[in-house]
Amino acid sequence: MEKRPRSFYVLAAFFALFVLFLYGPTITIAILSFQGPQGGLTFPMNGVSTHWFANLFQQQAVGDIWGAFRRSLALGLMVMVVTVVVAVMGGLAFRKRFPGSGALFYLIVASLIIPSILISLGVGLIFNILEWPVHWATSGFGSQLTWTLPFGLLIMFAVFNRFDKSYEEAARDLGASPWQTVRHVVLPIIAPALIGVALFGFTLSYDEFARTLLTAGSYNTLPLEIFGMTTSVTTPVLYALGTLTTAFSMVVILGLLGIVWLARRRRARLGSDAGSGLA
Amino acid sequence: MGAIARLPAAVTGWLLAAPLVAVLAFFLVLPVLTIVVVSFWTSSAYSFEPDFNLENYEFLLTSPVTLSVYLKTFSYVILSWTFCLGIGFTVAYFLAFHVRSLSWQVALFLLCTIPFWTSNIIRMISWIPFLGRNGIANTALMDLGLIDAPLEWLLFSDFAVVLAFVHLYTLFMVVPIFNTMMRIDKSLIEAARDAGATGFQILTNVVIPLTKPGIMIGSIFVVTLVMGDFITVRFMSGGQSASVGRVISNEIGLLQYPAAAASAVVLLVTVLIMIAAMLRAVDIRKEL
Repeated sequence: MEKRPRSFYVLAAFFALFVLFLYGPTITIAILSFQGPQGGLTFPMNGVSTHWFANLFQQQAVGDIWGAFRRSLALGLMVMVVTVVVAVMGGLAFRKRFPGSGALFYLIVASLIIPSILISLGVGLIFNILEWPVHWATSGFGSQLTWTLPFGLLIMFAVFNRFDKSYEEAARDLGASPWQTVRHVVLPIIAPALIGVALFGFTLSYDEFARTLLTAGSYNTLPLEIFGMTTSVTTPVLYALGTLTTAFSMVVILGLLGIVWLARRRRARLGSDAGSGLA
Repeated sequence: MGAIARLPAAVTGWLLAAPLVAVLAFFLVLPVLTIVVVSFWTSSAYSFEPDFNLENYEFLLTSPVTLSVYLKTFSYVILSWTFCLGIGFTVAYFLAFHVRSLSWQVALFLLCTIPFWTSNIIRMISWIPFLGRNGIANTALMDLGLIDAPLEWLLFSDFAVVLAFVHLYTLFMVVPIFNTMMRIDKSLIEAARDAGATGFQILTNVVIPLTKPGIMIGSIFVVTLVMGDFITVRFMSGGQSASVGRVISNEIGLLQYPAAAASAVVLLVTVLIMIAAMLRAVDIRKEL
């Protein structure tokens, strides 16, 4: 192997600093959430305890953290399922040009780059004018889809752009119907990417703030609840909550990434065995 | 399901796209149209009524506050964009050209991506122990004897706002730039080296021109995210700085919906003009 140039080490150090910049603050509040009961929002640590975590499980003085968590979890799962289904259908639709596909593509891009506050305000206004009550499961749900769907679709476009059509042709030549081709050939091939779409769908919904602000109604989702706490809570309980939510996100992220990794490995292993049974 | 086979391609396309069209029609197109309509309405004490007047725009476009708020927001955009681009490009360049095995590239790339899937609000809160009056930064600087008194401008300041933007949005630069860099044919770089180009010449004459589409896509993300932001500015400035998004969110808070709608329309037009200018340089559809 070629010897590494000096620039490699400079850039590697830069990269390490960048990773520290990304993760450092989160790790800091994770440490500080174990503050002693008398501890404050900054170092030094005033003893070590799980006092602030215990605090989260007691009767809350402000807000309803666990109710908010349950709502965010339910909403995240709803958004995840709909994002996967709609993105796959959309991805399949865009494999062939259809009248209006160009305009629809620009609409998807627009959905991604429109300032979130416009969605929040616009959806809030529609519900206000129609005198429908805003609720996280209706207006909040739809508003979040305008953020998760474009990501799902961009992933699907990337997947289908690299998709080898000869698998489908083979299925068709063997007499498979279009539905059978999708069900038994296309979907299994794109399955790892679907987990990626699910990851975006769930996490972006679970953490969404701006688009849910005016559309969640009287029952807060977790990010709204946490933001409300930033103005009223001045103890490390805020860090404990932040640490717990981040830990939950991490479990979801690493779990889903782990599934993708296992699926890829399994495919590589089984793929390399193809045909060996005949030898 | 066999029936699908007999449908013309256009109909199949539309059926498959129908749920997508329905969501975007009701939660994207209709909200924007509603905002445009309401921006001409008039507001009474606690409500708003259909009308056609230009007062909201007249007030907005003649107010000196609007100009200063836009200038402030542009300054956030320029600073955040500069840092996001510089850091994002360097990180992507390291990953694409200096990390040699694909597994390492994927692993390190994911390491950069994971924070994107966690909560922005918590990531902002995380800066408190670092930047606060008695935070790590001030303590370290005082221990080193570089300052005598804690710096007051670290947290709840414009510095903190830009820092948070860079922290939250650099990833939006890394991903598209890395993506375009990975598609650069490595033999082009070898050819440049064989022709006698230095590392720096390769960077400026080969890598950067070929990475332009990725840079553009990343820039569009960062610029639009910062232009429309209201929550980072509010939290990280401690409520002391204004931005276009914050003005809108304040008007919403005061139930001044027609005024908020007019501000939103002006913001949208501004953002669209900025994007149109950037899009002239790149065709996104080729980049997927």
